Amino acid sequence: MEIQDTKSTLQVEPRNEEKIKKIWKTAGILLAITVAEFIMAFTMDRGILLYALFIILTIWKAKYIMMEFMHLGDEVKPLFYSIIVPLIFLVWLLIALAKEGSDIFMMRW
Amino acid sequence: MSAHSTAIGVSSKRGVWGGGNEPLKASYGKLMMWFFLLSDIFTFAAFLISYLAIRVSYPAYAGPAETFVGSNEYWPVPELVFEAVPFLHGFHAPLVFVGIMTFILISSSVTMVLAVEAGHRNDRNDVVKWMLWTMLGGITFLGCQAWEWSHFIHGTDGGSVLTYINSLNQNVTETVFGANLVVNEYGPPAFAQLFFFITGFHGFHVTIGVVLLFLAFYQAAVGVYDKRGHYEMIEKIGLYWHFVDLVWVFVFTLFYLI
Repeated sequence: MEIQDTKSTLQVEPRNEEKIKKIWKTAGILLAITVAEFIMAFTMDRGILLYALFIILTIWKAKYIMMEFMHLGDEVKPLFYSIIVPLIFLVWLLIALAKEGSDIFMMRW
Repeated sequence: MSAHSTAIGVSSKRGVWGGGNEPLKASYGKLMMWFFLLSDIFTFAAFLISYLAIRVSYPAYAGPAETFVGSNEYWPVPELVFEAVPFLHGFHAPLVFVGIMTFILISSSVTMVLAVEAGHRNDRNDVVKWMLWTMLGGITFLGCQAWEWSHFIHGTDGGSVLTYINSLNQNVTETVFGANLVVNEYGPPAFAQLFFFITGFHGFHVTIGVVLLFLAFYQAAVGVYDKRGHYEMIEKIGLYWHFVDLVWVFVFTLFYLI
């Protein structure tokens, strides 16, 4: 079999338990935020407050995914900022178009 | 600039002109993956923010949940549209199925990051194991989405009575079942159109992701990365897979919660 033939010359290192623990911790946080969003969807009144909270919690989850799972926090600062700074402008776009949408609503109805 | 700099402005210690440098201390592949993902984030952001803008420009259903009926006059309440689960016909379980889908995709992101961690340690067995779990998660998610689409297209037992302009330009009033790009029983036409385009585009990304995961899984299993001397491909595909999860987190909030 070819699989046995390709003996690795790479040294296999032991598991880094601390890193693995951190991964599961991040997963727990993501799950907890999602559960909180679920509870809020059924207990709070619909309105701008709830929607704003949903979007803030989602951006918070996105931060965990990018920093912990994609290891963006471990990259050098210029790379980190070249990814993050353009994304900050999307928050402005979100607020601007949400306002625009509700103004269209006022004009129509 | 510094008085100590040489004529060409480069310190001899870094030897930038010698070649073989990694700008921003990231390999070519990883850097290109990041910039591809950045442009893809803009694409999805344009879709999702348009959804929000169109959604708030319509009146929302404001009555009690029990008396909700679909109408193209107002935007529906998501937890009353997405409330079916496979094998339990007629059972109302608001957002349960989509919650399971979210859980599956986040779990597959966790197994992916475990595969990346195993790749750093050159541990082929662990990489293969976690890649397999990630792939299974991705395939399960796609299966769930196929069911979700099918249910959305075929609609509920009762349907909704709507007045609308059909594809022959006639104004008709009839019972509408399910959804297509012209009319849907849940809400305004834009609701189903945005649902199809945004979740469809995301599902397309997941499909590409599963193909990439399979390639990396296969290459890891037959020892290609051991021969190459590093497991960086796992890292690059991992970045893409986490991005798919990242987008779903926003799709979930905008479509199913707001």
